[in-house]
Amino acid sequence: MSETKNQQPITINQKRYMKLSGLEPLVLNKNSNFINVGERTNVAGSRKFLRLIKEEKFDEALDIARHQVDGGAQIIDINFDDGLIDGKEAMVRFLNLIAAEPDICRVPIMIDSSKWEIIEAGLQVVQGKCVVNSISLKEGEEKFIWEAKQIKRYGAAVIVMAFDEVGQADNYERRIEISQRSYDVLVNKVGFPSEDIIFDLNIFPVATGMDEHKRNAIDFIEATKWVRENLPNVSVSGGVSNVSFSFRGNNGVREAMHSVFLYHAIKNGMNMGIVNPALLEVYDDIPKDLLEHVEDVILDRREDATERLLDFAETVKGSKKEAGADLSWRENSLQEKITHALVKGIDAFIIEDVEQARQEADAPIEVIEGHLMIGMNVVGDLFGAGKMFLPQVVKSARVMKKAVAYLNPFIEAEKSDKSEPVGKILMATVKGDVHDIGKNIVSVVLACNNYEIVDLGVMVPPEKIIQTAIDERVDAIGLSGLITPSLDEMVYLAKEMQRQNFEVPLLIGGATTSKAHTAVKIDTQYNNAVVHVNDASRAVTVVGDLLNKKTNNDYVAKLKKDYDEFRTKFLKRGKEKSYISIDEARKRKYKIDWETSEIIKPRELGIQTLEQLSLKELVPFIDWSPFFRSWDLHGKFPAILTDKVVGEQASIMYKEAQVMIDEIIAKQLLKPKAIFGLFEANSIHNDDISVQKKGKEVAVFRTLRQQLKKREGIPNLALADFIAPKETEKTDYVGAFCVAIFGAQELADSYKAKEDDYNAIMAQAIADRFAEAFAEYLHKQIRIKHWGYAEDEFLTNEDLIKETYKGIRPAPGYPACPDHLEKETIWSLLDVENQIGVSLTESLAMWPAAAVSGYYFANKEAKYFGLGKITDDQITDYSERKGITKEKARKWLHPNIADQ
Amino acid sequence: MSNIHKALQERILVLDGAMGTMLQAYKFTEEDFRGERFKDYTTPLQGNNDLLSITQPEAIKTIHGKYFEAGADIVETNTFSGTTIAMADYQMEDLVYELNYQSAKIAKEVADEFTAKEPHKPRFVAGSMGPTNRTASMSPDVNDPGYRAVTFDELRIAYKQQAEALLDGGADLLLVETVFDTLNAKAALFAIEEVKDERNIEVPTMLSGTITDASGRTLSGQTAEAFLISVSHIPLLSVGFNCALGANLLQPHLEAIANKTNFAISAHPNAGLPNAFGEYDETPEEMGEQIEEYLKKNLINIIGGCCGTSPEHIRVIASIAAKYKPRLVGGF
Repeated sequence: MSETKNQQPITINQKRYMKLSGLEPLVLNKNSNFINVGERTNVAGSRKFLRLIKEEKFDEALDIARHQVDGGAQIIDINFDDGLIDGKEAMVRFLNLIAAEPDICRVPIMIDSSKWEIIEAGLQVVQGKCVVNSISLKEGEEKFIWEAKQIKRYGAAVIVMAFDEVGQADNYERRIEISQRSYDVLVNKVGFPSEDIIFDLNIFPVATGMDEHKRNAIDFIEATKWVRENLPNVSVSGGVSNVSFSFRGNNGVREAMHSVFLYHAIKNGMNMGIVNPALLEVYDDIPKDLLEHVEDVILDRREDATERLLDFAETVKGSKKEAGADLSWRENSLQEKITHALVKGIDAFIIEDVEQARQEADAPIEVIEGHLMIGMNVVGDLFGAGKMFLPQVVKSARVMKKAVAYLNPFIEAEKSDKSEPVGKILMATVKGDVHDIGKNIVSVVLACNNYEIVDLGVMVPPEKIIQTAIDERVDAIGLSGLITPSLDEMVYLAKEMQRQNFEVPLLIGGATTSKAHTAVKIDTQYNNAVVHVNDASRAVTVVGDLLNKKTNNDYVAKLKKDYDEFRTKFLKRGKEKSYISIDEARKRKYKIDWETSEIIKPRELGIQTLEQLSLKELVPFIDWSPFFRSWDLHGKFPAILTDKVVGEQASIMYKEAQVMIDEIIAKQLLKPKAIFGLFEANSIHNDDISVQKKGKEVAVFRTLRQQLKKREGIPNLALADFIAPKETEKTDYVGAFCVAIFGAQELADSYKAKEDDYNAIMAQAIADRFAEAFAEYLHKQIRIKHWGYAEDEFLTNEDLIKETYKGIRPAPGYPACPDHLEKETIWSLLDVENQIGVSLTESLAMWPAAAVSGYYFANKEAKYFGLGKITDDQITDYSERKGITKEKARKWLHPNIADQ
Repeated sequence: MSNIHKALQERILVLDGAMGTMLQAYKFTEEDFRGERFKDYTTPLQGNNDLLSITQPEAIKTIHGKYFEAGADIVETNTFSGTTIAMADYQMEDLVYELNYQSAKIAKEVADEFTAKEPHKPRFVAGSMGPTNRTASMSPDVNDPGYRAVTFDELRIAYKQQAEALLDGGADLLLVETVFDTLNAKAALFAIEEVKDERNIEVPTMLSGTITDASGRTLSGQTAEAFLISVSHIPLLSVGFNCALGANLLQPHLEAIANKTNFAISAHPNAGLPNAFGEYDETPEEMGEQIEEYLKKNLINIIGGCCGTSPEHIRVIASIAAKYKPRLVGGF
């Protein structure tokens, strides 16, 4: 019965296809489905949107845009044509805000206005390739051409309304006539790319009761077919909801009408349109009888089609559907929800989630330090891995800020008496550099955590930074820079801070900064804390540690040590450095005041073995972080277990490790053994340590001294510096030890025999952890019992891992004493192999492999350091002292010899 | 067909390498930057490399000459920051026309010398138009995401002035480069279109974006293809990427656009990634090996170097480029 003029299938004339872009491309091709344009960000299409804009609630208006994109809109139409709105201002403001929302502006924008000045203002603020909606011949060819030229120059596609000087096209012939003319003008006179032309052929209501409206739908559909067959490369679009205008209030019928209309229009070449997905039924799901009545109307198949549909419509109930955003993530755990919101930058639920977290937490601050920071760490990890990009991170920071703003009153209330900020941080991008995005992110994140930020902006001269820091009495200074010359500025500033006796920590960040540069060039200029913070999400913990008055001394010491080791390691990789002679270095030794320094005599001098120990006692001493690192899972224990990226895997591993440990303990599959000795000692000839039993020398530890040229006042260390020299005539003490875990190889082999490589590796990893834990355990026993110099020490396991205790246990082969040959001295002194069965291989590795050996130094000034590179004169000296050939010394110290 | 279009059909054209890296070797002092003319200027001028075209023109000419000598077909004028917007840092907005004009003029003089010596290999001058230090589609203030430190019109006017001066000074083509915000580039292209229209001339225009991080996007968040689509409304001589990454890391992004455009493809990557001290230490041979991968895959029409590259890099690149045919550029 259809009166469609041409029953043959459409032959679309198309060689080139429209390409649009937001942050991501939208490329049409011959297989493209219908392009769905979101219409809710149109003041004419959504009453709510209109109200929000009038009330200047742009944040909520953005949520509507986001909802559209989440709901599947591939382009969003944005329109502010309303008498009560300053359309140009609103357009610019809204588009600028959208540009900061990557999950919205990933799709192309349709700039919709009847006013050219609003369209042009919109085109000037969008980086992607937009669609202009719309232009027409309504006011003549000249204006049409001029606007089209401008649009082309701005790089947008265009919707052309079927409208000319006479009026709007309302039948088949007029639609064709105007389309043809518009096309010719655009292609031939403007040179507009034909694939960037979209015709809006006017969708008008049907079933209005007026005869002249009967063919509104079918004329559109037929004109669409003509346009797609005769005007090469163009697209056809339209606002679909118009067609059902007369059935407002009956969504059931409207949904069916939209579906039917689209079904036929798309078949005939309509390839994009403004459709409210919430008002769309699936064509196949339309009940047969309703479908027939609706098709009669759309396709104008019966004289009485309208009346019949009106009658039938009474029986159709409106159905309500929510074709909204995917909210399935709301069903996850609280932490997952918070992490999701931070990662996706969604602030809609963050308050309720944070409130729930607050109620579950002991103190509101825990929500920030726990839930929120866990989420921000995920953001940091994803950003580092290139799976998030900057605009998204900025959004995450904003959600964070909102959450913190909500929590702040609760935190304040708890603090009651002392409500001042936890610290004042100066932030600046250094002189000559204008990049401040990273700095701003760090500022926001810190401000979120109740730090007061003094932001000096960009291109800040060092004098201003110094002066402001003094005037404002800041607690830390953060410097940022993106370009390489900024690195020198940072070094200069560190020098200035040292010269002016600053004590506040210096934070370094920005794209060109690095831990290496910070450690080598900046840290060395400033005696107080210097930290490289290249990751906004970690800034809070770092600053928190730095400003925590209870623990910051330890933290800074550890930091300094860490950077010192890092520096040493880094410097080993080459580059010319200046070195001083060994004689000169000895003059610059670390000088402990032996007159006042406390020397504690060990309670138990001599050698002891320890074989009757249950592994159970070592379990609390296990540092799990390296265990995960050995499996390439990066993160700190226990936070790693809930880590978004690796948490699941880490939890599995951890659980399996626990099972294996239980079995190992139950069946005694591994056996810990240790030997240690505490002796009288004095340093002799500067760098050697004479080990004595009752005044008789039984061994000499040969230590190596740093030779890197350092700034005036910075010592060149050797371990011998921590033992009182013979000349002081004071008796000092030193220790040596070896701990080992036996049975790991056998256990691993038993798994391998069962083709279970996974558990074989697991067994070895666990044995390694036990060996380290044993070393930690034994060191503690030494401190509080056998030597007893710290008998009232009370440290948590975490403190142990952080090495916050007094005294050190450096191991031969490690940075402070890289010479593996010294293990031989320990072995003969303690008779290690005979006593507990740990042997040394040809390359001086310990067997069994899960073993640790080293020295004990108890002086409270003793600290870890890295030897760095040494020069030929020390090699000569060392080989003579040790009584080995220089060649042998060179061989073993090779990695530490400076190439000169 | 202009000379450059013709040359582009015949062979892979070689662009020069870094200007800044070469200038660093001169260790110019504040006094050198100032010269006689600006000795009493109120703002510090050290670091204003563009100014050297006026105060140390011989150094700039020498560097251009070294690149031509190494085999470059095109050198870039010393005008990366030659807009009123970027020059505001030095309060030298009024000098912008002269800076661009002189830079183009001295580059053209050197190019003409070489063309005269080797007429079979005409040399070209590309007027370099950098990104400025402001972004039109991103807010510098995280608390005010709707704020913009520069508008499209401000950029358009600044770029137009730069383009006019470069063309007046003798630039054969324009190179809008190191684009990290596509909207800035669109303003530059808009300005160039205006100049073309007003003067009724054709200006071959190269456009080169920058992928800044591991996400494979521009700083303003666009994917390589979205970037390409956003700038394809103007008939470009070439589109491509430069800076931020070394040759190997740039390759996937070149591949992402090479089969999606009919424009020529250009690349001028850095000499690797900077080391911890901000220095580029990839050798010419190392870089050349990576670039040869592009050529084997037939990805490239114009190849050169960005940060950290020297005439030695360009020499190696030119000798490799000579062995390969250019990527076929579709003819629309």
